[in-house]
Amino acid sequence: MNRVLGDPRAILILLGPALLVYTLVMLVPIFWSLGYTVFEGNPITGFEFVGIDNFVELFNDPKIADALVFTLKYAVVLTVAQVGFGYLLALIYVFWLRKASSLIRTLAFFPVVLPTVAVALLFQELFKIAPVNGLVNDLLNLVGIPSVDWFASPDTAFLVLILMDLWRSMGFYAVLLYAGLVDIPDDLFESARLDGASGWRLVRHIVIPLSLPVLLSSIIFSVNGTLKVFDSVLALTGGGPGNTTTPLTLYMYQTSFTYGEYGYGSSIALLLTIICLLVTIFIFRSSRRDLTKG
Amino acid sequence: MTATFTDRSPRLISFVRRIPVWIIVGILLVVVVYPLFWLLTGSLKTQEEFLNNPTWALPEDWTNFSNYVEAWTTGNLGVYIRNSVLAVVPALFFTIVFGVAAGFALEVMVWKGRGPVLLAFLAGIMIPGQMILLPLFTIYFRAGLTGSLWPLIITYTAIGLPLTVFMMATYFRSVPREIFEAATLDGANIFRMFWTIGFPLVRNAIFTVALVQFFFIWNDLLIALTFTTRDDLRTIQVGLLNFTGQFGQIQYGPTFAAIAVNVIGTLAIYLFLNQRVMKGLTAGSVKG
Repeated sequence: MNRVLGDPRAILILLGPALLVYTLVMLVPIFWSLGYTVFEGNPITGFEFVGIDNFVELFNDPKIADALVFTLKYAVVLTVAQVGFGYLLALIYVFWLRKASSLIRTLAFFPVVLPTVAVALLFQELFKIAPVNGLVNDLLNLVGIPSVDWFASPDTAFLVLILMDLWRSMGFYAVLLYAGLVDIPDDLFESARLDGASGWRLVRHIVIPLSLPVLLSSIIFSVNGTLKVFDSVLALTGGGPGNTTTPLTLYMYQTSFTYGEYGYGSSIALLLTIICLLVTIFIFRSSRRDLTKG
Repeated sequence: MTATFTDRSPRLISFVRRIPVWIIVGILLVVVVYPLFWLLTGSLKTQEEFLNNPTWALPEDWTNFSNYVEAWTTGNLGVYIRNSVLAVVPALFFTIVFGVAAGFALEVMVWKGRGPVLLAFLAGIMIPGQMILLPLFTIYFRAGLTGSLWPLIITYTAIGLPLTVFMMATYFRSVPREIFEAATLDGANIFRMFWTIGFPLVRNAIFTVALVQFFFIWNDLLIALTFTTRDDLRTIQVGLLNFTGQFGQIQYGPTFAAIAVNVIGTLAIYLFLNQRVMKGLTAGSVKG
């Protein structure tokens, strides 16, 4: 049996192509990129060894601090918003709509599949002020509020960005969390109801503790995804006004391709990767500990 | 006892209690569906309608498709869509074929070291694309591949592999091992086993993974933006990003039409395969 299922030649043929492509196009470039961090220049002008200069610059560059703060702010705010709203929707699906929720679930999910660029351009039109108002400003005017130039100030631009990504992802997290909630056996709710728990108390003492694992994994997925935000920012605000909505990913992109600084760009990419790694490990660990505590 | 108490008018009470929920659901549907409706109706409006009518006005002529013609010809949309298809189809094919085979080798076959290899693939899900962009650009530049769609095809294939391998390994794990073990006792050759037993058993799963990968690759901006150095190589996403620039901010109609074309494709797939897409995308949520 193991002679067939452990045939090295077969393993090589089945696994080989995937492993080769993965190694050459992902693993090797990761280490190559690490090497770039001690150089300055780009493939067209040539490279020059600069030691740890890039890392020194990383710590002294005020734009890095801005980008880092923005990245973390975006990740925290959007994670709270999309997991929070998603959980609320999932609760509505499970407890109020029950079997009738299928159509609503399907409808609320669909923005996820739309291309980010298309959604971003759509939101630009929705929040437009010049030459004519978009839908949002027209509606504001209707209730007597003057038009707002949404993309001119950092706070409103950030708000539109969060609203857009919430619009895209809310239904997705609702379905993800719904799957965890329907797995909770019905008799648990029944016995809790018999004990007099209802409404908010039922949610707080029964629903949240029992759906904690799926809630935590949603948070991990969300943080992991939001730290890498690129498409929505670039297509919606382009990082502006100024650099006030520029995350690390976009700053790395600009550094590398607008200014041709591959070495510094690689250092920013490394910083981003380390943050992703640390956050994932941190959340993983704390969630495991909580689970064993019970 | 409690039954007689609540029996007075349970239907009315439950109806009244449900009103806030229906209001929430109503708001939700308007928020989710209306922007799209607004986009589609906008794509049929003329420039005068945009400038003179309120934004929520319906188009005066529902058969005015001139914006689409404009976007398709002057806006180069046809070329961008062709490029997207030419990059996505081969990449999807390779990532699925390689990924399914690797998933089989890592989950069904028995050998030392398969754990670490699976873990190495998994790590790739977490790595941000920015980490591999610069070396890849150097490689493609030196190999003379910039100026073709090959950088996109190769990069998409590799980036799709971690999730494909991970998901396929999960699906193969759910197949009872006895099936494969019985087949070896019957003297089946490993490749025949892969094709005649393993493949049909996970055929549905493969379709789901392919759908998920299609959405990820089709909607990608970062890779496409980095490796499309010429206008005639742009994918639909990169093309659309530069679209407003081409027409200037003033031309509303063609911009709306171009966004609509980009949206309609994925929307049509979702219309027919929504349950499968939902299942697949939530299963692939590790990608974040």
